[in-house]
Amino acid sequence: MQEIITLDYGSGGKKTARLIEELLVPAFSNPALDSLGDGAVIKGDGQLAFSTDSFVVDPIFFPGGDIGKLAVCGTVNDLAMCGAEPKYLSCALILEEGLPMDDLRRVVESIRMAAGKAGVQIVTGDTKVVEKGRGDKLYINTAGIGFLKYPGLSPKNIKAGDAVIVSGTVGDHGTAVMLARSGMMQGELTSDCAALNGLCKAILESGAKVRVLRDPTRGGVATTLNEFVEGSALGIVIDEDKIPVRPQVMAACGMLGLEPLYCANEGKLLAVVDAQDAEQVLKAMRGTEEGRDAALIGHVSAEYPGRLVMQTAFGGKRILQKLTGAQLPRIC
Amino acid sequence: MPWDKEKTASLLREMQTLVPGEIRLMEVCGTHTMSIAEAGIKSMLPKEVKLLSGPGCPVCVTPPQVIDAVLELSTEKDVIVTSYGDMLRVPGSKAGDSLLRRKALGARVETVYSPVDAVELALHNPDKQVVFLGVGFETTAPGTAAAVLTAQEKGAKNFSVWSMLKLVEPALRTLIAMDGFNVDGFLCPGHVATIIGADGFGFLPQEYKLPAVIAGFEPEDILLAVYRLVKQLAEKSPRLENEYTRAVSQEGNRLAQKILAQCFEPRFDIWRGLGGIEASGLGLREELKEFDAERRFRIKYASSEPPTACRCGEVITGRLSPERCPMFGKACTPEDPVGPCMVSSEGACAAAWKYAGVL
Repeated sequence: MQEIITLDYGSGGKKTARLIEELLVPAFSNPALDSLGDGAVIKGDGQLAFSTDSFVVDPIFFPGGDIGKLAVCGTVNDLAMCGAEPKYLSCALILEEGLPMDDLRRVVESIRMAAGKAGVQIVTGDTKVVEKGRGDKLYINTAGIGFLKYPGLSPKNIKAGDAVIVSGTVGDHGTAVMLARSGMMQGELTSDCAALNGLCKAILESGAKVRVLRDPTRGGVATTLNEFVEGSALGIVIDEDKIPVRPQVMAACGMLGLEPLYCANEGKLLAVVDAQDAEQVLKAMRGTEEGRDAALIGHVSAEYPGRLVMQTAFGGKRILQKLTGAQLPRIC
Repeated sequence: MPWDKEKTASLLREMQTLVPGEIRLMEVCGTHTMSIAEAGIKSMLPKEVKLLSGPGCPVCVTPPQVIDAVLELSTEKDVIVTSYGDMLRVPGSKAGDSLLRRKALGARVETVYSPVDAVELALHNPDKQVVFLGVGFETTAPGTAAAVLTAQEKGAKNFSVWSMLKLVEPALRTLIAMDGFNVDGFLCPGHVATIIGADGFGFLPQEYKLPAVIAGFEPEDILLAVYRLVKQLAEKSPRLENEYTRAVSQEGNRLAQKILAQCFEPRFDIWRGLGGIEASGLGLREELKEFDAERRFRIKYASSEPPTACRCGEVITGRLSPERCPMFGKACTPEDPVGPCMVSSEGACAAAWKYAGVL
């Protein structure tokens, strides 16, 4: 049978990884790309981080954000996770014929606000329009450049005993978008969409030994934690009781047949730090708006090499795999 | 929800003292399979207690020739196929071919949360034929019946139901009569019992001397039901117990039973793994035949089960554990499934793969 692109390839899970590893990386291979971090660290006058991301979220306006805010925060966060200070963004718009100008104005204003809050400038851009029916309202691509301030963050640094920290409640974005799309929005559930460069700075300047930072977007917390230990001699054990999940998210996930740990986040990060510094990091995180609900959710262990294991609230243990298939298409 | 861990621990200790040797219990319902895996229950039970998955995952018992016919219909012009999300990834007799693939190639396939939504879709698309794939057991059958009655009431003439609905009792009887049947007791499906009533499972102890406990779906429900099954086996006193009294009454949901009888009648049906069973499926009654997709589109099935590498039939009858299937995790994964057990959200292989067995 002829291979075709299905929605699974955009899930952020296993098929996305296969596309990257089997098609894109072999084609474009170079040291900056091959490390497959959230952004690439490149040499210039000083070290730079560089990242790009495309946004196709449906609907373009959702509780807690919109495609414009998401396009700024997504790229800012990818740079911040590399230990860089985000500075400059590009913004390319692909518009569908018939898009109301007021919607575009609203999105542009949202981009302006988000960029201002994150301290980045939109320094270049592009606009294309496609015929009605050949796109869906509005797609955005942003690329961003940041200056590397805290080099060396990588899953390779992780050691047995390290603490695993999440910056707040999980699954908010994915559930909010899904509910908005299905018309079942209850009003209380909002996306967590936010720029995290301030939070990263607080963590990295706390003096703690930080191994790696990553924002669990598509694929959720379970997929990102799997990426940290994939192919490694170490595993991660998390405690279901300690993972912060809003009751509304839990209820909505139950109704929609989703799992919060696999739902996308757009304003959360996962940090692996030296266990002795965990309290210090949590304190620094809780002092910021984006990290006020930060929680220690588990630790790195040599007991389950390459695996993510969860101690269930009920008292059993189970393995969490990476996301398979598309949990929700067009979530960002 | 915070569990009462002390209560759980004492239940497990008591179970350990009662266990009379190796016992094999079958959970009939796919939702139980998933809940067991999700809470990590197998990692907590005494090692003598084995839990097996039964023929209770609706898409898993649908035979490949029916899936093939569905795929065929999905590519017809002006047809919109609607179903629960679970059906989208299920491969037909050819691995890799599924509604999801047909959709990527241009077929109109829509996921609905309720069959009545499919009727709405039909009303909004009068120039299209909207077909709802009615997959499930007694639990989902009333919802499908409601959709048929809604379509009749609203005059949605372009709506039809393809009934793949099945009944639990004839399947269990067939399973018990099969060669090599080796199960000591049944964890009975709470959802089905809500509709048919606790009495619907009385035949297990009465006719086959098999312990049966109707269970809910919280981990506590399941653990308690397993404990009661172990206790019955220790006491050598098989009987029917209802652990799920908060939802299941003795006689069941009369209203749902009435609407079922109004729309459907039992008919011969073919099951994956179990073969053809008399009066085991639900077909639309003669007076509602205008809503019957099989008649409207003159659906023809392959006369024999098409050859496929899939061994799901053995898995759902408890004869093969997912991990022992030679394709498990190799040729057959959730991304590239060979059989339905690997992709259904209630499938035994999906549970075994997703939760990678017991730690």
